[in-house]
Amino acid sequence: MELKELYQEIILDHAKNPRNKGKCEGYNHDAKAHNPLCGDKVHIYLKLDKDKNISGLSFEGEGCAISLASASILTDTLKGKDFNFSKKLTDDFLNMLKNKSKITLNSLSEDQITTISSLSGVQEFPMRIKCATMAWHTLLSAFEKKAQNE
Amino acid sequence: MKFDNIKSNFPIFKQKIKGKPLIYLDSANSSQKPKAVIDEMSRFYETEFSNVGRSVHTLAVKATNKFEETRDIVKSYVNAQYREEIIFTKGATEAINLVASTYGEKFIKAGDEILVTELEHHSNYVPWHYLRKKKGAVIKFASVNDNGEIDIDEFKKQITEKTKMIAFTHISNVTGTIMPIKKVTDLAKSKNIPVLIDGTQGAPHSVLDVQDLGCDFYAISCHKMYGPNGLGILYAKKKWADDLPPYQGGGGMINEVKKDEITYSDSPNKFEAGTMQTAEVVAFAKSIKFIQDFGIKNIEKHESQILEYGLEKLRKDNSVKIIGNPKNRASIISFTIKGIHPHDIATILDDDGVAIRAGHHCCQILHDKLGIPASARASIGVYNSKEDIDVLSESIKKCKKVFQI
Repeated sequence: MELKELYQEIILDHAKNPRNKGKCEGYNHDAKAHNPLCGDKVHIYLKLDKDKNISGLSFEGEGCAISLASASILTDTLKGKDFNFSKKLTDDFLNMLKNKSKITLNSLSEDQITTISSLSGVQEFPMRIKCATMAWHTLLSAFEKKAQNE
Repeated sequence: MKFDNIKSNFPIFKQKIKGKPLIYLDSANSSQKPKAVIDEMSRFYETEFSNVGRSVHTLAVKATNKFEETRDIVKSYVNAQYREEIIFTKGATEAINLVASTYGEKFIKAGDEILVTELEHHSNYVPWHYLRKKKGAVIKFASVNDNGEIDIDEFKKQITEKTKMIAFTHISNVTGTIMPIKKVTDLAKSKNIPVLIDGTQGAPHSVLDVQDLGCDFYAISCHKMYGPNGLGILYAKKKWADDLPPYQGGGGMINEVKKDEITYSDSPNKFEAGTMQTAEVVAFAKSIKFIQDFGIKNIEKHESQILEYGLEKLRKDNSVKIIGNPKNRASIISFTIKGIHPHDIATILDDDGVAIRAGHHCCQILHDKLGIPASARASIGVYNSKEDIDVLSESIKKCKKVFQI
């Protein structure tokens, strides 16, 4: 039943109807990544205010269900949060895939935790872990990278 | 030999994948190895191993003889005229790099044109790109039509007085298109342009006769011919083998080395610097024997029956889109399924023990032209059967079920 754990309802829903797709208005940071092995692409757009709060977050990209769902869930969860929280959640997320640890951040709702944790099935598919992590690594790059069009 | 029980020749098929029989449909990526090839590598290491072409002791003589014997076997298998035309490399990629680098160094000037096609694997484009960067060469692409073919008129259209090399694949690793090599080499000969054939996909599936094909260079990937990894072969017509400068410098490729002057060996040694793959070369003789025991024409027929069966079966499924519809096609079915990314297809198929490849298959130019980032590819080898296609087809249905399509 591993396959069912990978392609859970939540993941298929996010893959088929990705949230926050496109360029968010007024974005001032962005970063993109590309997996040359499979052709997956992701471009994260971030609107950061002076206090490093995320007032806008979106993505563009093409790829498999796992990479689209991951980017969609990322944007959905972190919109309205700040840099420190994003960093912490990214660490937790990467740890979840690497060490099978659980996501426990207090400020997340139970629903949000369930949603993010739906990606933990990827653990059992080592070749697909990169699909799940690409958006999160790209988010961290985006914090460092001011958008060029600004 | 018969195809009925062919999987028993390949130890890899003894295992189960996720509890199911292995259905290996990734031979265009790399083929599995028959026991005879694996055994020959062990036998050679256990009884005859030594470095070749250097020492005079008993083992060195045995190893050298075996190594050079394979060269003769390859020479006759591809029907080359001279043994000096057979150069061992680390792969088809290195074979093409060798030509691009040495031919480019001697014959390519700024503005000279190299004609490739939109079907090429990156390994028959990137090496030429280096000449664009280093020498100011111009790379032109013969366009693929809607069926995934490139007809001779397209080559005619692209050739100019500046064309100094035509390099293209024997069989496309995405569409399976069998290219009209002889028409192109006839045309090229009339204009005195050398032709390089990337035979990576062609060599495992077709009768090989380099004299009949009329090409100047033919690159072979041994690991796709049921042979060892890390080994390729470049056929270079004698005039080129004689005329081209060495590729890499090192031991084994020199004639005389002085502080102020170095002279080089003749081909093939000139192109085989350093210690070569030894057990791999020796065992490759068994790969050729394996192919010959079946007969390459029988293999062609066997594979094309499975191909036709697969195409017919997959075409019945409306959500499956097969890439390309070439009239002459070999052993490869690339496809997409509406609403499911190829990577997800590959993961779900793997759950049924079905091994395919997903991605752009090192053909980004072609995938860009097709307007898709990736495709799923089932490729057929000597050990496949119609039953394998049945499992593939059932597993494709499962993809749709998982994705609720």
